[in-house]
Amino acid sequence: MNLNDYLAVSGLLFAIGFAGVMLRRNIIIIFMCLELMLNAANLSLVAFSRFHVSAAGLPDYNGQMLVFFIITVAAAEVAVGLAVIVSLYRARRTTHVEDITSMKF
Amino acid sequence: MDESSLPWIILLAPLVSVAVIVFLTQGSRTISAGVSILAVLVSFVASCLVFHAPDPAGVNQITWLDFPALHVPIGVTIDQLSKTMLIVVTGIGALIHIYSAGYMKGDDGESRYFAGLSLFMFSMLGIVLANNFVMMFIFWELVGVSSYVLIGHWFFRDAPPAAANKAFITNRIGDFGFMLGILMLWLATKSVVFTEIEKSLGVSKFENLNLTAATLLIFCGTIGKSAQFPLHVWLPDAMEGPTPVSALIHAATMVAAGVYMLARVFFLVQASPDAQWVIAFIGTITSLMAASMAIQQNDIKRILAYSTLSQLGYMVMAIGMLSKEAAMFHLFTHAFFKALLFLGAGAVIYGMHHEQDIWKMGGLGKKMPLTCATFAVGTLALIGCPGFSGHFSKEMILAAALSGSKWTFAAALATAFLTSFYMVRLFVVVFLGEPKTDAAKHGHDAPPVMALPLVILAIPSFLAGYGFFISHFVPLHGTEAPGFVSLFAFLAFASGAVMAVLLYRGKKEDPIHIGLLANKYYFDEIYAALIRWTQELLARQCGRFDRWVLDGLVRLLSGGTYAAGFALRSFQVGNLQAYAFLFGAGIVAFLWYVVSK
Amino acid sequence: MSSLLPWLFSAIMLGFACAVVLNRNPVASALSLVVSFLALAGLYVSLNAFFIGVIQVLVYAGAIMVLFLFIIMLLDLKAEERRTLNTTATLGGLLVAAIFVCELFSVLRHFHKGSLPFPPLAAGPLDDVRGVGTMLFSNYNLPFQVIGALILVATVGVVVLSKRELK
Repeated sequence: MNLNDYLAVSGLLFAIGFAGVMLRRNIIIIFMCLELMLNAANLSLVAFSRFHVSAAGLPDYNGQMLVFFIITVAAAEVAVGLAVIVSLYRARRTTHVEDITSMKF
Repeated sequence: MDESSLPWIILLAPLVSVAVIVFLTQGSRTISAGVSILAVLVSFVASCLVFHAPDPAGVNQITWLDFPALHVPIGVTIDQLSKTMLIVVTGIGALIHIYSAGYMKGDDGESRYFAGLSLFMFSMLGIVLANNFVMMFIFWELVGVSSYVLIGHWFFRDAPPAAANKAFITNRIGDFGFMLGILMLWLATKSVVFTEIEKSLGVSKFENLNLTAATLLIFCGTIGKSAQFPLHVWLPDAMEGPTPVSALIHAATMVAAGVYMLARVFFLVQASPDAQWVIAFIGTITSLMAASMAIQQNDIKRILAYSTLSQLGYMVMAIGMLSKEAAMFHLFTHAFFKALLFLGAGAVIYGMHHEQDIWKMGGLGKKMPLTCATFAVGTLALIGCPGFSGHFSKEMILAAALSGSKWTFAAALATAFLTSFYMVRLFVVVFLGEPKTDAAKHGHDAPPVMALPLVILAIPSFLAGYGFFISHFVPLHGTEAPGFVSLFAFLAFASGAVMAVLLYRGKKEDPIHIGLLANKYYFDEIYAALIRWTQELLARQCGRFDRWVLDGLVRLLSGGTYAAGFALRSFQVGNLQAYAFLFGAGIVAFLWYVVSK
Repeated sequence: MSSLLPWLFSAIMLGFACAVVLNRNPVASALSLVVSFLALAGLYVSLNAFFIGVIQVLVYAGAIMVLFLFIIMLLDLKAEERRTLNTTATLGGLLVAAIFVCELFSVLRHFHKGSLPFPPLAAGPLDDVRGVGTMLFSNYNLPFQVIGALILVATVGVVVLSKRELK
């Protein structure tokens, strides 16, 4: 597999994630799809890191650094996001986005 | 002490008094009055010293503004003209300060009053001493301010603030012309100093039209300050101020500033024949019109105010007839007897517990003999009774009028007749006959502090016209009036006086009613209507502009914003996925734009 | 590593990603997500990013997915009954996704450098943990500290959110 293949796979993963966000009504599933999209980005970053080899024959760790940070932030995000979903469920007894339309005009 | 510092002492003593009163002695009315009187006495003594010293040779000035194109010094002019004026201003000023100490006793604003008087003295002396137009203009405005403060002294009543506003605003109209005139002269000669302008006038650097316009604009200042037609309306209303103020500012000194200024720039008047004609015309109109209005007034101070207008018209006319001596002579004598009359009126008002209607007085001659006697002296001087000062100066004015045309002479003669008529009317109604009210029955003479200035002023009112007296002040170099002028003047005086005595002796109310004159030719009403009309027109146009142009713009903006907001509101569907869709679609569109490029 | 394995992992990953989207039972979706992430970790390894691969398994497949499952069980979510799909939303979502994929492929077609094989790495074992660690504590020290603060804030936020009753 070369870089383009990885990027294509990554793009497909992203598209699946996006389609999931659009199609599903359950907010937890939507959240999972968001994670899919994040990971699609991670994959392309790691592929670029492998593609950009230094003179010493090492992959470019800058890309992997970014992945590392994304994973960390994603972990924090998941924690907060799930806490929000729990409080939302407590208040509204639902996890369906169609039922949450307080901000509608 | 160096002689060149004397003028500065004259000028600054009242200013020091203002500062002391405002910052230190505001709480104590007696000390404030003392400080103010002391300051004016210092100015008077210094003025006497200056008067007796020979004219200084050099220029006494300090540089103030120094730009390449504009040099404005702060300097003093000492010559015969300003010396005379100094004596008049500080002398009468001192007497009126002393009189005020009695008249204003017990008034809550006494400190403020004396601060105002001192400020006025400072400003007036500044006008007298100024050696250039800019300095004169500054003091000119300061005089307006102090006049405003003093007219509106009783600001808690209704009429005085309105009168103060009227005086100030009317003056501003004239001052605007004055300022334009100064600017024109400066543009033409590159100087604002009187002597330098006079010099470059000799070189005749500018066109005739230009000079006439400039002179007339300068004359606008006189029209405002000396209350000439058509800006005369403020002076009668200014009588709402305390009576000593009316005496000092609105009779003897400030209103004479316009005449003094014309005398100071007499070279301009001489150089522009067209302007002379206009000045003489305005003066004649004012004198005749004001005298005719005076015969139907019932307020003792207003009668005197119209009389002042009329006499100022005389002076302005004399200037227009190129008789500076006659104008200054009359200014000089008028200052004394008009101040005397006003102070006498003040004493009457004081004795009558602030009653000003002459038809509620009567028989006061027996109750206030001293006031009556001094008032009689003033009246006789004003109406030109032979032997009194007014006789001499008025004859000179009439002679000057004769040098113009027979019409101006006739108008001046008619004015003299009317003057005699209304002053004798005033005197007969107030001092003779029977008391018409209880207040008049219990009238009494003024206390000594007020009586003293009356007596002192009566002396020059009588003497000021005689040659041995006046020759020290106004050089008259043998201008003798022709004999028939004296005859006519005497006839005018006598007929007016006799008619008034016959008409008004023993009358309880005014036997003649002329609505046009009693209502002052409806000037106030016409002006009010004119202003209301123009204002309404202007306001309507402004309103239209505001409604259609400005509001249109604002409505366009607000409407656009509202419409945009309304359109964008439909995106706020409240559905998370719709937002996500829009977000993704936006990114895709952006990517497509980037990629396709 | 055989050149076939990455394709296999890619297929597993994409397949289970689709399963995440299509499953109606949230628990099944979550488990599919775990499988998808494990396959992704395999892809990382195929790219010689061993450390990231391990982190992926530990953090995502381990910690985060357990969190998801906990929440699903906490809220006691049942499989959603068949709901009528909102056709507009479905079509719109699919359309945007399709356009995105098309754009991606059109870009990749012109990116010829990307179709070359990856450049060779240095011979011998690749100690990428050392490389990542060195870079993390030197070049990326400040972001690293900031991330620490972020996690602290997130922790506090979660505690506050779960303590307070939302009305």
